[in-house]
Amino acid sequence: MSFADIKEKLTAKFEKLNLEYSSFRDNDRVIVPPSDLFEILSFLKTTFCFDMLIDLSAADYLHLQGATHRYGVWYALLNVENGERLIVKTHLDDPDPRLPSMYDLWKGADWMEREVYDMYGIEFDGHPDLRRILLPDEFVAFPLRKDYPLRGMGERHNFQSVIRSEA
Amino acid sequence: MPLNLADAIPETSSPEREFLWTLNFGPQHPATHTTLRLILTLDGEVVVHAIPDIGFLHSGFEKLGEHLDFNQYVTIVDRMNYISPVSNEISWHHAVEKLLDIDLTPRCKYIRTIFAELMRIHDHLVCCGAAALDLGAFTAFLYAFNLREKINDISEVASGQRFHPSYTRVGGLLCDVDDVWITKVRAFIKLFYAAYADLMKLLQRNRIFVDRTRGVGVLTKEEAINRSATGPIARASGVTRDLRKDQPYLAYKDFDFKVVCSTEGDCYARFLVRMEEMVQSIKIITQAIENIPSGPINIDVNSKFVVPNQMSVYRSIEGLIQHFELHMTNRQWETPKEEIYAATESPNGELGFYIVSDGSGVAYRARTRPPSFVHFSLFPHLIVGHQISDIPAVLGSINIIAAELDR
Repeated sequence: MSFADIKEKLTAKFEKLNLEYSSFRDNDRVIVPPSDLFEILSFLKTTFCFDMLIDLSAADYLHLQGATHRYGVWYALLNVENGERLIVKTHLDDPDPRLPSMYDLWKGADWMEREVYDMYGIEFDGHPDLRRILLPDEFVAFPLRKDYPLRGMGERHNFQSVIRSEA
Repeated sequence: MPLNLADAIPETSSPEREFLWTLNFGPQHPATHTTLRLILTLDGEVVVHAIPDIGFLHSGFEKLGEHLDFNQYVTIVDRMNYISPVSNEISWHHAVEKLLDIDLTPRCKYIRTIFAELMRIHDHLVCCGAAALDLGAFTAFLYAFNLREKINDISEVASGQRFHPSYTRVGGLLCDVDDVWITKVRAFIKLFYAAYADLMKLLQRNRIFVDRTRGVGVLTKEEAINRSATGPIARASGVTRDLRKDQPYLAYKDFDFKVVCSTEGDCYARFLVRMEEMVQSIKIITQAIENIPSGPINIDVNSKFVVPNQMSVYRSIEGLIQHFELHMTNRQWETPKEEIYAATESPNGELGFYIVSDGSGVAYRARTRPPSFVHFSLFPHLIVGHQISDIPAVLGSINIIAAELDR
């Protein structure tokens, strides 16, 4: 199933949605609205057999010239049978960036969604265990957002070093 | 880390589950090798539930990637999976070169391929050796580490650094390899078969090793696909994908090699797949080392992507300008304002980079798709129903590198 076929079938199925398609080098992309993300991804999984979620992550487009939305979340899909790939992308905005969780479709989404939540504060509805994964639970900021400085916001000072005699 | 421990124990309040107890495993434990923590709920010796707690080594690599240029970030990428550093570098620059649409010179492709395969052997040696060490087979570990030293020597000859070579550059390599390097690689090929035979003799039919790995931590093909497993772990479960064959990058299409698969999906299958992959890698190296094309290692300087060598910087105006252009922070590379995902087959699985470019020489977003991170999320699934003593076996077989896990 080539990208042209996927395009044709997706457009036919979701004709009201006005999906955007683009290709760059060997990457084929579909840009979809967040409200219909789950439906489109489950359609892609069942119809085109994209049975593996290779990558799920996000970017913050705050300082990017020409960007119309704050966040972008991408889902890199792989068809294990024939090695075909597709990237599905969606855009989100402040306040309350929120997406449906893909845990029901691909269990591999579990930790990847937790990482996106940890780094960008994007919440995934329906995720079974949406906690911070890399940073400590008491961390309040979302460090990969572009308004977070490279050197942090003084969090290190809040973590007192414990010496042996005081422990 | 204050993690709500009450979450770890399923339905403790019910009287029939009262006998369950909680064990904290790590972050400092010999079997974790680096810093990972597991909160285990046990029924006697049997693991009922496992919650991994990661992030002890989180150092913000991806944030750094948004502040360092394409050539600087390679030193950070190096430190992700430090068991196969050059694989990470190749993967990073593979993504950058795809973004810039660079076609490497044949010589560079061959040298990178040889390095990628040496790193695969390096990674698998450490993984198999350490897995055997955790199960009590100390000798096998020493044989593996002894051979691994030779690969470190080869890195040193090429780049001057044993452990973190930072050897690749946009459009080429740090420096060309010499005859000493080729002699060392040839010598390594000879040494490999002897050490491989030793390792196999020690482990393949070792009663204790086989008993402790066969049937332990079984991952079915469906689960492997659904949970995004790639690389040797997926191939041990019967997923036949290998990026070297699917999307042949570098010089892989010139060589004859097989994709190693198994259908068992247990720790023993993963061990065997890794061992056989080393043989396939050495086959690729043997074919490549005798056929390295001559010519430059970097692409043409006029393409404005590569840093010119010292001679042309000092002796030609074009070289000087080019050097200036690439090193001034307000100039650097001109990139298309696009996004790209590119992946290579690293020893551990698919290592991908997603670069969002804003037109400058610094990535706007440099996402790493780390195989260790995805594979460690399999762990709670693999360990349930097994005993505490199986934890080192499963951990060893999925080869978690904490620096890549936490980045």
